[in-house]
Amino acid sequence: MSDLIEGYLNMELLRFTTAGSVDDGKSTLIGRLLYDSKAIFEDQLEAIERASERAGSDEVNLALLTDGLRAEREQGITIDVAYRYFATPKRKFIIADTPGHVQYTRNMVTGASTANVAVILVDARHGVLEQTIRHSYIASLLQIPHLIVTVNKMDLVNFDEKVFEDIKDQFRKLAGKLEIKDVRFVPISAKYGDNVVKRSENMPWYEGPTLMYLLETIHISSDWNHTIMRFPVQYVIRPQSDKYHDFRGYAGRIASGVFKPGDKVTVLPSGLTTRIKTIEMMEKQLDKAFAPMSVLMTLEDDIDISRGDMIVGENKAPQVGDEIEIMLCWLNETPMRLGGKYYLKHTTNDLRCLVQDVEYKVDINTLDKIHGDKSVGLNEIAKVKLRTTKPLYYDSYRTNRVTGSLILIDEATNNTVGAGMIV
Amino acid sequence: MDGYHLNHLQELEAESIYVIREVAAQFERPVLLFSGGKDSIVMFHLARKAFWPAKVPFPLLHIDTGHNFPETLEFRDRLMEKTGAKCIVRYVQDTIDAGKVVEETGPGASRNVLQTVTLLDAIEEFKFDAAMGGGRRDEEKARAKERFFSHRDVFGQWDPKNQRPELWNLFNGRKKLGEHFRVFPLSNWTEMDVWQYIYMENIEIPSLYFTHEREVFLRDGVWLATAPFMELKEGEVPVKKRVRCRTIGDITNTGLTLSEANSVLDIIKEVAATRTTERGARADDKRSETSMEDRKKEGYF
Ligand SMILES: Nc1nc2c(ncn2[C@@H]2O[C@H](COP(=O)(O)OP(=O)(O)O)[C@@H](O)[C@H]2O)c(=O)[nH]1
Repeated sequence: MSDLIEGYLNMELLRFTTAGSVDDGKSTLIGRLLYDSKAIFEDQLEAIERASERAGSDEVNLALLTDGLRAEREQGITIDVAYRYFATPKRKFIIADTPGHVQYTRNMVTGASTANVAVILVDARHGVLEQTIRHSYIASLLQIPHLIVTVNKMDLVNFDEKVFEDIKDQFRKLAGKLEIKDVRFVPISAKYGDNVVKRSENMPWYEGPTLMYLLETIHISSDWNHTIMRFPVQYVIRPQSDKYHDFRGYAGRIASGVFKPGDKVTVLPSGLTTRIKTIEMMEKQLDKAFAPMSVLMTLEDDIDISRGDMIVGENKAPQVGDEIEIMLCWLNETPMRLGGKYYLKHTTNDLRCLVQDVEYKVDINTLDKIHGDKSVGLNEIAKVKLRTTKPLYYDSYRTNRVTGSLILIDEATNNTVGAGMIV
Repeated sequence: MDGYHLNHLQELEAESIYVIREVAAQFERPVLLFSGGKDSIVMFHLARKAFWPAKVPFPLLHIDTGHNFPETLEFRDRLMEKTGAKCIVRYVQDTIDAGKVVEETGPGASRNVLQTVTLLDAIEEFKFDAAMGGGRRDEEKARAKERFFSHRDVFGQWDPKNQRPELWNLFNGRKKLGEHFRVFPLSNWTEMDVWQYIYMENIEIPSLYFTHEREVFLRDGVWLATAPFMELKEGEVPVKKRVRCRTIGDITNTGLTLSEANSVLDIIKEVAATRTTERGARADDKRSETSMEDRKKEGYF
């Protein structure tokens, strides 16, 4: 194998989301990352140069790289989550780009749900603002494992170390109130490229890594839970061919834990126990499977299992119940109905639920809890009690992002209206 | 490292297989749109892996524009024979003959837009409720915001302002009667990922992707293949060149790359060195900066 392939097959995938208020320089930063890592193709660059000329600017506007649909271009804003891709020799990156404006919370929650890293922008001139609190809160609520605070536009504050240090202090105070495990700070200028991909010569006082270096090296393989065994059954495979006459396999994606042939497992909801016979993928037999692998499992005993069931390990049973508490982010223009019924999707399970109570709402600008106000509208976050039509097998979102997350769907419109994290 | 580590191709594979299985579980009549291009070949490979040792529990659908490279059709038929899969074919020519659409004429004429009507007719005919396509978000700006599960109204239209939020791996395929979904299992793949995966899995692809001698002519800076139905403009002269396809579409709008690449490894090296996006090679998308978006609103992806 050539080195090219060798290197490529050892690349990891890192998903990150970017958050900043309008004009903090988010589009410029993403453009800079793509441009300096040479992830921009020539024809795209030409298209941007043409568009920049039409818009009447003479220097190439990196922000245009990440600008999307026409309607938005006409309004001069971006309205949704857009995904960007680039790779360096070390990693492949997926950026969930969530622009900052009214719909912000909803978009950021969406982008954050699968992210390993959140890159939060702070304008060096303005420091930590309400928006920064909001973005950091969402990152912690969604349990993004790593946070990188980039202090942008350092060129506009004379690359002053004190400005950077002050913002770090401000942020640390804020982070103390949130559940953020890993925070890093980088002083940058997205416009001129300082400390984005290339080291800045203007900030010799900064000895830490560039943003790109962090993105390339942050340790992410332990972001998945490899201790508690959870395998939601997604699809039952029964070939019913001569060769595979009695074959019954359970297809799905490992949510967490490590599964091995011979392991003792319990099937929920039946509670029956058996052992794993094989774990396979096409004609390949695997000696172990772990998150986020998609595999096929066969079991020693013939047990009646269908989609929505969960195969779990012996070490720690999931919680079971039809009354659950969640942190809910509302995603729809039509407010949540207290006492209303919704479809609920949790792992591979479809059921229905009733909204029983709103315990409190969170003021995401101050992080204060608001008691007594039971209305939950678009972009609002609240702690809510649900009652489900059948028991759910779950873990808290804090311990398991897969078995601890759920969505609510409006029964009339079929729209996804709520994102829930089980407390 | 703790030994529980996937490379990015394995992670993308796991995600796509998960999506394909979700489609089979959530919909009654899914279909896999097969164009004969590398993306749909990879998607079909993933579908086979997803359900092995059972057969893929849905058919394939090929919309034949009548402007295909002959190699594409030969490849398709051979692949179906080898895997025992079922491929339904519907023809744009039939849609034209039925008077449902009017064909463009003259040089630069393309049946790309017409495909939409044939596709929507086929979806209606077979009552398909989910059509999986090989679209990737890295292909074009308008696709960057596309969901894995993309909802289409009764007219097959896509409303960019009214897409359902997609969180975690919880895909919402609920729909009303007559509505359907387009699903894009390869959303998170890039062109490079697809090639590397083809290499890793040793997947067979049409010979068109490798260098071969062909009669071509230059139009607007793009090399196009000659064919009986290709009208030449004044000054366009057919010449023989060694070329290959980076993407396979209709002969009328598939730009060919001058290349000596004759293995997947060569192609990977070429893609790594190259400075033009795949779609840049499609004459069709150059028509307007937002042409993809317009077609998408009409129901073609
Ligand atoms: N001086 C300076 N200006 C910047 C920097 N980053 C972004 N800008 C400018 O700030 C404005 C807003 O940037 P943009 O990327 O569109 O912000 P967004 O709304 O967060 O995407 C533009 O005029 C940029 O050129 C920087 O590092 N230094």
